[in-house]
Amino acid sequence: MARPRNSDKANSPPTPGLPKAPTGIPGLDEITGGGLPRGRPTLLCGSAGSGKTMMAAEFLVHGAMEFDEPGVFMMFEENAEELAQNLRSLGVDLEKLQKQKKIAVDHVHIERNEIQETGEYDLEGLFIRLGHAIDSIGAKRVVLDTIEALFSGLPNHAILRAELRRLFRWLKDRGVTAVITGERGEQSLTRFGLEEYVADCVILLDHRIVDQVSTRRLRVIKYRGTEHGTNEYPFLIGAHGISVLPITSMRLDHPASTERVSTGIDGLDDMLGGTGLFRGSSTLVSGAPGTGKSSLGASFVDAACQRGERALLFAYEESSLQVQRNMGSIGLDLGRWERSGLLHIDASRPTLHGLEQHLVHMYELVRELKPSVVVVDPISNLTMNRDDRALKPALMRLIDFLKDKGVTAVFTSLTSDLAADVADSQVGVSSLMDTWILLSNLADNGERTRTLQVLKSRGMPHSHQVREFMMGNHGLDLVDVYLAGDRVLTGTARISQVAQEQAASDLRQRDHDRRLKELASHRRAIDAQIAVLNAQIEERAGDVEFAIERERLLSDGLSARARKMAQSRDVPPPRPRAAAASEPATARKSAK
Amino acid sequence: MSTRTITAKPGRAAKAVPLSEDKPGVAEWQLRLYVAGRTAKSIAALDNLKRVCESHLAGRYTIEVIDLLVNPRLAAGDQILAVPTLVRKFPEPIRKIIGDLSNEERVLVGLDVQPLR
Repeated sequence: MARPRNSDKANSPPTPGLPKAPTGIPGLDEITGGGLPRGRPTLLCGSAGSGKTMMAAEFLVHGAMEFDEPGVFMMFEENAEELAQNLRSLGVDLEKLQKQKKIAVDHVHIERNEIQETGEYDLEGLFIRLGHAIDSIGAKRVVLDTIEALFSGLPNHAILRAELRRLFRWLKDRGVTAVITGERGEQSLTRFGLEEYVADCVILLDHRIVDQVSTRRLRVIKYRGTEHGTNEYPFLIGAHGISVLPITSMRLDHPASTERVSTGIDGLDDMLGGTGLFRGSSTLVSGAPGTGKSSLGASFVDAACQRGERALLFAYEESSLQVQRNMGSIGLDLGRWERSGLLHIDASRPTLHGLEQHLVHMYELVRELKPSVVVVDPISNLTMNRDDRALKPALMRLIDFLKDKGVTAVFTSLTSDLAADVADSQVGVSSLMDTWILLSNLADNGERTRTLQVLKSRGMPHSHQVREFMMGNHGLDLVDVYLAGDRVLTGTARISQVAQEQAASDLRQRDHDRRLKELASHRRAIDAQIAVLNAQIEERAGDVEFAIERERLLSDGLSARARKMAQSRDVPPPRPRAAAASEPATARKSAK
Repeated sequence: MSTRTITAKPGRAAKAVPLSEDKPGVAEWQLRLYVAGRTAKSIAALDNLKRVCESHLAGRYTIEVIDLLVNPRLAAGDQILAVPTLVRKFPEPIRKIIGDLSNEERVLVGLDVQPLR
């Protein structure tokens, strides 16, 4: 029984006052707050096949192997060989324990037709046998299974009852922790009213068939002097023995990690505040058929394995190889992780067991493999729509357990395709989840589009948009939100809108280019005109200056000549008529 | 349960009463009486047993008394629960009579002995 139990033991709160003997049965010690009352008898009653003997035997074996408390198994129905066989199926070697003097077995066999009764007697023989067995190994624990067999073997019940009363008193005096099994009676807890003698602790085992699925349940009816869980708790007899499933560990004190882990889908990580889910949180992925729930789960597993973490995938719809093949089609190679041992795919049919049995199987695998990520695909299949009410407590237990172990969990859940039902049908479990991702199909305009939205995500900012969800050859991704006006577009509408806008934008760009070019050429034309005009004005200016110069030179020349002539001839100063005659010539020249 | 012969040893508080002169040790009726200490019931049982045997099986029986307080190991062998218990080891099949054997008729029925009278 190499089962890790440390956490279970750690969960049991310390109970001052009443000393207790731990049973070592996962869950039972939590319910009873540490185990059975030490040094006192406990009555274990239940109908045939409810697991009384198994539970009693486990109590003894765990005591001998783990708590260093040897035990005596006194049986009235089975013989030693049968018990050894039963225990061997759980991996316990009874013969070895007997040789190590950790367990003593005594088979009390009485045959009614071999026995004649005459006169007074008592059951001192039984006391002596038990006392001898206890002394021979220093036993601290005793199991009497099923002492009621004496009632059919011994005719005088008056003596028997007196002796039983004495026996239980004697067991208390010896200080052994005793477990007495008793067959369930019709009116009373046990057929012969053993509860009358054993008043310290009474545990009732029950085996019920509901809708063809059997569930074992356990209830602590009475536990004098200590608090205990009073609910009915399902329990199972699995490959490693009995496991009791407390609904929750009665407290709500999980560690809360602030570390974030990627979902394996970049777009989804972005929606969840950019960094993904909290480690150790629980996520519900719900959606109609074909919305990509399994792919999302597989993607999450793939991301975990890429980080080098261990992952566990419970597949209730497809076989392991089928999952690997199908996820290969979207570029997720789960096969390599499974080969490297990082990933374990546990595929089983939901109908294989009842819900509780599945749960225990999960517990065992999680304990054994210690994954950091668990994906259950899908949880809705587990109930087979038999009893939805059972799903919530079962899930609560599972979530509780996984949170306690710090495992990040993703549960997928199949919902009907009607949008109105989606919220309704998930109300039961969604409140347990930290994050709820809803996948849906939008059927519009002759096509179907997968969309994803984050309905809630505790403790982190998250996007409120509905994003389109794509499955490609290279895994999953989310398309950026496409807003056109006041609408978010998806699918073909998005693609056509993108194309339209692209075309419009191209056109605009060209128009802009054209107009700019036009402007540039216009500018060039004007520049050229300016150059011409400038050239003209330059030319004109040159002409004007030239004319002015010439005229001045001319007029200077004339006056100089006149003075010269006057000097030479000594004539009177020139007549104004001569000066006037030269003017028209200058004017004609400058006009040119 | 095998019919192994338990011979009387000192300190075992077993009292063999061989009364057969012909074949000592191999009596026709081998009886064993389990008691727990010398209580009134065990003394009465032994007295009653001796009387019945003397009356009906004279010379053909052995009685072995085993005190379980001294030999608790032996209780499991013959599946003893009640004391006193008388076990008819031989002739087979094994028969058991519990109680102080105060009712002679029932002892004879229990031992399957034909009464002489």
